[in-house]
Amino acid sequence: MEKREYKVIAETGIHARPATLLVQTASKFNSDVSLSYQDKSVNLKSIMGVMSLGVGQNAEVTISADGDDEKEAMDAISDTMKQEGLID
Amino acid sequence: MKTIKGIAASDGIAIAPAFRLVEPNLSFEQRTIDDPSQEIDRINAALEASKKELEIIKQKAEKNLGTEEAQVFEAHITILSDPEMIKQITTEIQDKLVNAEQALADVTDSYIQLFQAMDDNEYMKQRASDVADVTKRVMSHLLGVELPDPALIDHEVVIIAHDLTPSDTAQFDTNLVKGIVADLGGRTSHSAIMSRTLEIPAVVGSETATNDIKEDIMVIVDGLTGDVIVDPNDDQISEYRQKQTKYLEEKAEWQKLKTKQTTSADGKHPILAANIGTPKDMDGVLENGAEGIGLYRTEFLYMDSNELPSEDDQFKAYKEVVEKMGDKPVVIRTMDIGGDKKLPYLPLPEEMNPFLGYRAIRISLDKDDIFRTQLRALLRASSFGNLWIMFPMIATLNEFRSAKKIYEEEREKLINSGVKVGDIKLGIMIEIPAAAVLADKFAKEVDFMSIGTNDLIQYSMAADRGNECVSYLYQPYNPSILRLIKRVIDYCHLEGKIACMCGEMAGDQIAVPLLLGMGLDEFSMSATSILRTRSLIKDLDSKKMAELVNKVVNEAETNEQVRQMVIDAVPEIKD
Repeated sequence: MEKREYKVIAETGIHARPATLLVQTASKFNSDVSLSYQDKSVNLKSIMGVMSLGVGQNAEVTISADGDDEKEAMDAISDTMKQEGLID
Repeated sequence: MKTIKGIAASDGIAIAPAFRLVEPNLSFEQRTIDDPSQEIDRINAALEASKKELEIIKQKAEKNLGTEEAQVFEAHITILSDPEMIKQITTEIQDKLVNAEQALADVTDSYIQLFQAMDDNEYMKQRASDVADVTKRVMSHLLGVELPDPALIDHEVVIIAHDLTPSDTAQFDTNLVKGIVADLGGRTSHSAIMSRTLEIPAVVGSETATNDIKEDIMVIVDGLTGDVIVDPNDDQISEYRQKQTKYLEEKAEWQKLKTKQTTSADGKHPILAANIGTPKDMDGVLENGAEGIGLYRTEFLYMDSNELPSEDDQFKAYKEVVEKMGDKPVVIRTMDIGGDKKLPYLPLPEEMNPFLGYRAIRISLDKDDIFRTQLRALLRASSFGNLWIMFPMIATLNEFRSAKKIYEEEREKLINSGVKVGDIKLGIMIEIPAAAVLADKFAKEVDFMSIGTNDLIQYSMAADRGNECVSYLYQPYNPSILRLIKRVIDYCHLEGKIACMCGEMAGDQIAVPLLLGMGLDEFSMSATSILRTRSLIKDLDSKKMAELVNKVVNEAETNEQVRQMVIDAVPEIKD
């Protein structure tokens, strides 16, 4: 299992376009991918789940991937987050 | 045959079958079922069909509006593919043995409520409405009814709607949408302004159109009188075809004035400028021979985006407009958000009276980082043409001074870093009566003033311009309003400053003779009104109009009286 922690720097948090792209990226992989914020954890392939967390600026989130392509999934998700300006 | 009377909102005649942009009945009954697998197949089929439809709409939107605007549909497709949501719906069907419609409604309602409850967050409320939107589409497939999609129109139509939202009008193919009829709205409502920008004949405030007009029935829209004729007979169709031809001929006559400078009968040259919302409106501006842009409403840059527009994005938009206008003046108004214009990503507190609340320059001065980004983009674009900056909703001199100070700080910084900055004029919008009354003091400090009549009238009369019950108070010719306007123009001229107007009134055929008589320097209006106004001014003598203004301002008591005095004095006005 791969697990990484991030601090969200984007002013508007994880919203609309980045959220959609993040879900689309996660959905390309077989691994189970989850996003945890505060005491809640959701499926990162579920846009409704991601939105329901209401991740704002400065939120500390954990993303974990579990499965045969967990490493690739994690890297791709990190890249998307960087490209969308969610993290440094 | 039936005639419906509404408010003439956009000139021209349209004759085409009706396209009802009205939501169908999506109500259903809860049923207990015996075969869950059948219901699961139904919901899966409905989800797939909805996704396919959204793909088509997305492609259409990409073609008509650009990739950025089409992204909302991408988000909708992602919602319909949500594995957790689909799992919940399936479980609901299996465990509770309810029909697909009920399971869909239960699951999506719980998300909508969850998003709505995420307090004080305008952005999440928008997401709730996204979920509601896609749910409707899936429900329509389950129920076998058709949801109207303006993006899928493939023949000439007249749109029949209760009201039109910006996202509706954004999807219109202007080659196919020939006319618009809306139940709600007045001359200054969103649907009216958009239809004039798109040059589509329109009647608004028809009240009953969506009840009276069935799909595919022939409709005549007379945007000159406000008449809508439903299911006309052959005689009426040929009568209106003639009227349409006559209107187009008159328009062609005006076209001859396109490259001519605006000139009054006694040789005065006021500037006739256009109001725009985005660089996309520039085609209409150039086609109608505008001598400037008198109002560039930059808030569309903010409203059409999912996040604050970057300095570079803004720079590109401003540069495009000033470059296209060459040496002609372009007045760019800084962000006018608040009031009825909200941003999903910039939550503002709910207010009792948003039009009297936290909006425009009040937000800009408070959140000055957003303001500074916009000013930098404007400063950078200024060297590419003749750019003026206008601050909206200025009430006090100190507000203007604070805005000017921030402007000068950013200007200084850019010049020090080697950026070329043009010769910018700095002005204010006069829409708050307090600023109009204090015009003598403002005139000493600003380069120009632009009178925004829609808001000036609304604030002077204390009458919400969107509220039909008090629409009789929208009185542009009321002597009280005319006195305020004259005062602003007089004090501008006393200090050698420029007096402009950028409200609907600047293109109003009754108001134009009076404004010419007051010596207004720049008239800014919907691009489509420019040539008609140029044609009217050609026959007017500004000195005679100045005499008329004196008479009107000193003697008239009511809006109606002024109107009659102008019609009597100016036979050229075609009422």
